[in-house]
Formats: sequence, C-alpha cells, structure tokens
Amino acid sequence: MRTPFTLHLLKFMPRTGWIALAVFAAIALAIMPALHLFVPHDSPFYVSNYAITLGGKLMCYAIVAVAMDLIWGYAGILSLGHGLFFALGGYAFGMYLMREIGTDGSYHATLPDFMVFLDWKALPWYWFGTDSLIWSLLLVLAVPALVAYVFGYFAFRSRIKGVYFSIITQALTFAAMLLFFRNETGFGGNNGFTDFKRILGFDITSPEMRAALFALSALVLMLTLVLGRYLVSSKFGRVLTAIRDAESRVMFIGYNPLHYKLFVWTLSAMLCAVAGALYVPQVGIINPSEMSPANSIEIAIWVAVGGRGTLIGPVIGAAIVNLSKSFFTVAFPDYWLFFLGALFVGVTLWLPEGVVGLWQRVMNKRAA
Amino acid sequence: MTRRLLILLLCLLPALPAWAALDPAVVKQLAAEDSDAKIAAIQQLGAGGDRAAVTVLKALANDELFVAGGTVFLLDGETALDAATGTAIAPAPETYDAITINNRIRAELSNAIATLRLLNPDRAVRLAAAQELQSNTGIDMAPVLAKALARETDPQIKHLLKLAHAQANLGSADADARLAAVQALADDATPNTRNLLLPLLDPATEADARVRTAAKSSLKLIESRLAVGETLGQIFTGLSLGSILLLAALGLAITYGVMGVINMAHGELLMVGAYAAYAVQGLFQRYLPGYIDWYVLAAIPVAFAAAGLVGIALERSVIRWLYGRPLETLLATWGLSLILIQAARVLFGAQNVEVANPSWMSGGIELMAGLVLPWNRIVIIGFTLFVLALVWLLMQKTRLGMFVRAVTQNRQMAGCVGVPTARIDTLAFGLGAGIAGLGGVALSQIANVGPDMGQGYIVDSFMVVVLGGVGQLAGAVWAALGLGVVTKFLEGWAGAVIAKIVVLAIVIVFIQKRPQGLFALKGRFVEN
Repeated sequence: MRTPFTLHLLKFMPRTGWIALAVFAAIALAIMPALHLFVPHDSPFYVSNYAITLGGKLMCYAIVAVAMDLIWGYAGILSLGHGLFFALGGYAFGMYLMREIGTDGSYHATLPDFMVFLDWKALPWYWFGTDSLIWSLLLVLAVPALVAYVFGYFAFRSRIKGVYFSIITQALTFAAMLLFFRNETGFGGNNGFTDFKRILGFDITSPEMRAALFALSALVLMLTLVLGRYLVSSKFGRVLTAIRDAESRVMFIGYNPLHYKLFVWTLSAMLCAVAGALYVPQVGIINPSEMSPANSIEIAIWVAVGGRGTLIGPVIGAAIVNLSKSFFTVAFPDYWLFFLGALFVGVTLWLPEGVVGLWQRVMNKRAA
Repeated sequence: MTRRLLILLLCLLPALPAWAALDPAVVKQLAAEDSDAKIAAIQQLGAGGDRAAVTVLKALANDELFVAGGTVFLLDGETALDAATGTAIAPAPETYDAITINNRIRAELSNAIATLRLLNPDRAVRLAAAQELQSNTGIDMAPVLAKALARETDPQIKHLLKLAHAQANLGSADADARLAAVQALADDATPNTRNLLLPLLDPATEADARVRTAAKSSLKLIESRLAVGETLGQIFTGLSLGSILLLAALGLAITYGVMGVINMAHGELLMVGAYAAYAVQGLFQRYLPGYIDWYVLAAIPVAFAAAGLVGIALERSVIRWLYGRPLETLLATWGLSLILIQAARVLFGAQNVEVANPSWMSGGIELMAGLVLPWNRIVIIGFTLFVLALVWLLMQKTRLGMFVRAVTQNRQMAGCVGVPTARIDTLAFGLGAGIAGLGGVALSQIANVGPDMGQGYIVDSFMVVVLGGVGQLAGAVWAALGLGVVTKFLEGWAGAVIAKIVVLAIVIVFIQKRPQGLFALKGRFVEN
C-alpha cells in the first residue's frame, strides 16, 4: 500500500513520538497558559508567576541541552563554550529590550542607563537598528552563527578534536566573558542588561506576556526536537555518528568531515542563541557571568545525566539538574556544589548512558 | 669594679639625650603668640645645627611641647624636661598650655627638622633625611642642602643630596643655577625627575633658552634610561609569571602526557598546596613563633605530600576507571574540582586567608632607578629552577622516570615489556599533583589564597602544555616563559583583558599551524 507523501515525511519519528509531542503541545501551549491566566489566584489549580517562569526557564535550558547533544552526543564534539552562544543570543535580544525601555530608565534619557552613567553621547555603531524587533531577531541568529562558523572553520579544518577542542572552547568563552566585563565593550560591563520594561509595547511583567513567552519557549523546544529528530534520522545524521565513532575511516571512504561538523556546530550555536533570547526576557537580566566556563560545563552535565545520543535525554537531564539546583540552593546552599560535583563523577562512572540508558536497560531486563 | 661601672655607663650613654644647651631666648620665642615670631625661632634653631634642637622641634611638630610660666618644656613620661637645657624641672608644673601650630609652621618645622637631620653624625639618619628630600624640595632648602652637601662624605648620601640640591635650585631666580640643576638632574632617571623637567620645555615657564635646551637633552637621557628599566622590569615580571605558569603546568604536563586526560582539578591541587602553606604557617605561629620566618621551607614538603596524596586518592577512586574516555574524564575531574572547592570553603571559610611573606622574602633589590626586583618573585624563580631540576633528574635519571616516559610514548608496548602501567599511572599522577602543590606554595607568596584560586590556572597551564608539546619538559619550559613574557608585554601595551584575549587568540592560531606543539615527540602515530 502506498502511503501519502505527507505521512511518509512524518515517518522519521515513530508514532509514539508524535503522540507524546501532541500531548506536550496541548499541556504547554494551552493548559498551562490557561491555568496561569484564567484561574483565580487562590485556586489550587492556579499556576503562579514563579512556576510559569521556572517552567519557561527549564524549557530554554532544555533547548540548549538538545543543541549540546546534537554536537556531543551525535558528533562526539564536546564543547565547553556553549554558554557563549546562549549569552550572545541573550545579549542580542537584550539590546532590543534595552532600547524598548525608551526614556523610562532612571536617567530618563534615550540612551540606556549604563551609557549615560559612562557619559557616552551616542550609541556605538553595533547598536544600530536594535530598536527594531526584526533586526534584533536577525542579530540573535546571525552573530552567534558567525562566531561559531569562523571559530569552527579554523578548529575543524586543522582537525582539532577531543580534549584540545574542549579546552579551546572553554578558553573562548572565558575570553569573551573578560571582554564583556569591560565597560568599554558597550554591553553594560559586569551589570549587563536589566530593568526591562516591554516587548513591542506590551508590559514584560504582565501575566499575558509571561504566558506568551512560556508558550513560545515550548514551541521552540518542540521544533528543536523535531528538527533534531529529522537530522539524526537522515543520512546526514548517520555520517555524523560515523564521524563520532571513527573519523579517519569516514575520511578514507571519501567524506570530508569538516562540512558535516561545521554545519551541526553552527546549527547548535544558533539553537543556543534562540534559547538565550527566550531566556533573557523571562528572567529579566543578562550579564557576563552567563559566559563563565562553569556555566558552559554544566550544560554538558545536563546532557550526560539525561543520556547522550538520545534526544529526549537532554530534556530530562536539564530538568533534573535544574530542579535539584532550585531545591538545593534554597534548602542546603552549602551542599549544592558537593551534589553537583558528585553528579559529574557519579554519572560518568556509573551512568555513562544517563537516565534514559538506565530506563532502557531496566525495560530490556523485564522483556527478557 | 671600675671597669664594670664604666661598661654600665657606656650602656646607659645612648639613652641619655646629648643635650647641648640651646639659646633660652630662642626657645622661649617658640611659645610666642605671633606665627612669624615662631617661624623665625624655628629657622634659627634649624640653622644652628644643634642636635638637641631636633628633639624640641619634633615635640613641637607632634603637639607635645608645652609652656608654663614662661618655661618651655616637653614631657618625658612623668618628668618635665626644660626644652632649653634638657634638665628635669622639679616640681613639674601643674597647669600648662600646649603650644599650637598651624600648617605654615608645620611646613617650616619639617624643613628645619630635615636640615638638622642632614647634619646628624649618624649615617642612617642622614640617609633617611636625604631620601625624604627627594620630593617636594623648594628653593628655600637650597642653602641648607648646599651646606650639607659640602660636609657630606658618604657617596650614596652625597648623590641623593646632589639631586635634592638640583631640584631645589630649579626654582632659583638665577638662570645659571637652573642650568646646572637641569644638567645634574640628568643623572636621576626616575619618573619624578621627568615630571620636574617636563614643564621646563615650555617657554612660558622657562625664559632662558639655554636651560630649555639642557632640559631637553636631560629629558632625552632620562627617557631612554627609563625605557630600558621598564623593558627589563617587564621581562622580569614576565619571567616570574612564566615560572608560576611553569609550576602549574609541569604537573599537568606529566599527567596529561602519561594518561592523555586533562585533569580539570589540577588548579584545585594548586589550591591544596597553598592551603597547606597556610596551615603550616598557623602551626608555626602557635608552636614555633621564633622560627616563623622559616615556615615556607617547612611548607614545601608538606604541600607536596598533601597535594600528592589528594592526587593519588583521585586517581585511585575516579580517574583510573575512565581510561580511554578522555571527555568523560574531563567532566569527572571537573566534578572533583567542584567538590574540592566546596570542601575548602567548608573547612577554611569562603573568604581568602592570609599567608604572609616571611621577612627575608619581602623588600627587593633596586637594580637601577625605577627597576626594583621584589625578593619574593626572585625566590619563586629560583624555586621554579630547583623544582625543574628535580623533575628533570627524576624523569631522566631514575627508573620511575624511565617508566613514566615509556608509558607516555607507548602504553601497550611498555606494558608488554613488563612496566607495571597501572602503578606507574598512580605514581605519575601523585607526582604531578605534588608538583602542583609546590606551585601552590609559590603562589601563596604572591597571590590571594582562597577556594577559587585554582580555577584561573587550568586554561593557562593547558595552553602551556599544548604549546610546548605533550610529554616534553623542555617544551613546557619554553612555552611557559614565552607565554609569561608575551602576556606581560601585551599587558603593558593594551591592558590585562586585551592581553589575555590576544594570547588566547595566538595560541588558537598557533595550534592551527602546529597541532603537535613546539617540541613534538618524534614517532609515527595513527588516531582511532
């Protein structure tokens, strides 16, 4: 029997996958926003500001984790600098948010407050056009993509890989952090951007805006998952996995790994940037500490906890680690680093395939 | 008996103020109501060159000179001493007034005291006075300085006095005096002198053309000498930074060379060493306060042992199980570093702790004007050489070193000919960690000691290892010193942040060209 073309296209994901996605879509796009907007505040079903922001944040982290998994889990490239792309996306969108403040800042000037404070008379050239949402969204995608492409081109061309690549990406994000800490760089120094007021004229703290950002994050997460699924099940994904497992052999067969790596690396950086752009309006601040090496390496542990080389694993991992972080930093602030450290050690020693791998092992045992 | 008495007397002698009587009328004038009268008295006392006058004037400067019923006196404990004669007044007056001074008088006083000190027979006093006069010397000091200069025999003090005299004469109304002063100042290559001479280039401040030309040539001389001093200073601080990098990277070079894993907790092993130094310092403070200056020497083996044991424990418990999976090892050791940092916070507090330089390491040698080499940095460079020599001997001349080199070159082959590779791994890791501990001791002498101190060094030391080439001591040495010097030069040029970024960029570009490092092991390898 011939299947219609559209159904054929959908075959890259099993039916259970599509059903799970539909359920998630219903919850994240309709039920949660509705519970936040239309349920009275004293009702047990009310989703609070805190909960909806936390949910939105977690989904941004999940996008980053999936992006990380695409290059680490499938192409075997461990980046310790993904926080840089996340922060670049956040900064690019933050520039728009700063411009939207208009004259409502503490100095009631057209320039952002920190520039008035530094006694600058005009916006630097790279702030050109940032009052337009479209241009800013373009920057969100283009700047990290450019940085990733140029860096990746030089790194992959000379076949830097393994721990070398990891450390160099760490150095990259560290250098960028130092650069953004400087006031002269023009991004607010160590305070970064904050005190946002609106997006497209709508109040950024209103329940409607929170619900919209939440739903948007969910949408982007779902698109990322579908795109990821499509990529890894295509021939392109097969070549990536082959590069991960035996790069020299792939070269001997006649493929040039450079283009494959470069494409997935740049794509991953762009996904991170989109996550950053969604993250900044929800938490209301972006500063250079987002680029600290510790932040970037934490992304790797989200993926490792969930399970590398699966697409749902990173989402689960990001949720587990960040929920425990929220719990520990409130309940036992002194023990969070012990827990996180133990997580790094424990997962690499005993759970190399993460939670998803553990689940599969348990299911296989039952089946046998 | 008489001899003993004589000795006793001799001992007492320095305690007694040598008091030649001052003119009572002048001393009394110090208590005058009128400021001008006071100043005249101060100048007279200062010009007299009497040693007793110093004590009196100092007391006046410190608001410790009093007057009661026309007698000026100062208090020495409970007894009142007559300022003019130095003899005790009995009974001490019950009511008295302090002699008040204003800022004009204060300035006059410090000049007069300086003058008196310049004529003091004690060399140390004269030297100190001459050094104080190196800045803010006005034309009014010129006669005093000329007088002191004529009497002075000590070459060092004479040189200082000459400069002070020239400085004073810059304000002279006589163009010839100014000319001589400008020429004399060419000998003194300091930023201070440069600032003094700079305004003289302007015809508005200096009318005489000869003086302007002389100032120009003097300035040129000073500038070139200053530039030499600055360059040498930068090379020195670069070497000192390089030696710290080398201490941090030597251990990493061994562990990375042997096992091919980056130990992200390496920086924390530095921290363990630094805290070991802190702990040893605490023990010395409590139990051996007399030998506190030597705690650093005792800290060296302690830090080596502490960091080495921590390293061995890490290797045995975690890293050993992750061989052949370098990326996972990276993450696991990062986790270990987080645990170590938090452990240090819990044990020693989140704040930086204070590790003091022993007295023999503070201060420095002044090599030339404007170039002071601090002792602690010199000691650290020497210490690095010592550690380097030790590691070299260990790696080249001992059986353990030979095994380590063998495993670095070819693990399987080494295992086949009977090298106990697992044990070598543990020992090499312990050795690398111990060297990091030594680096921690060195670091504790020049940087802050806190839980986060190690975090900044991991990228830098990895850069050294990468630049130098894996498993190469010579490569690590050249890379560390090179990176140190280049960093310091760039810092002088463009500031610390830009320097760091540029160095990272250079390293990244360098790896493009020579992925195997400066000094690669010769051999044939195939990946995968």
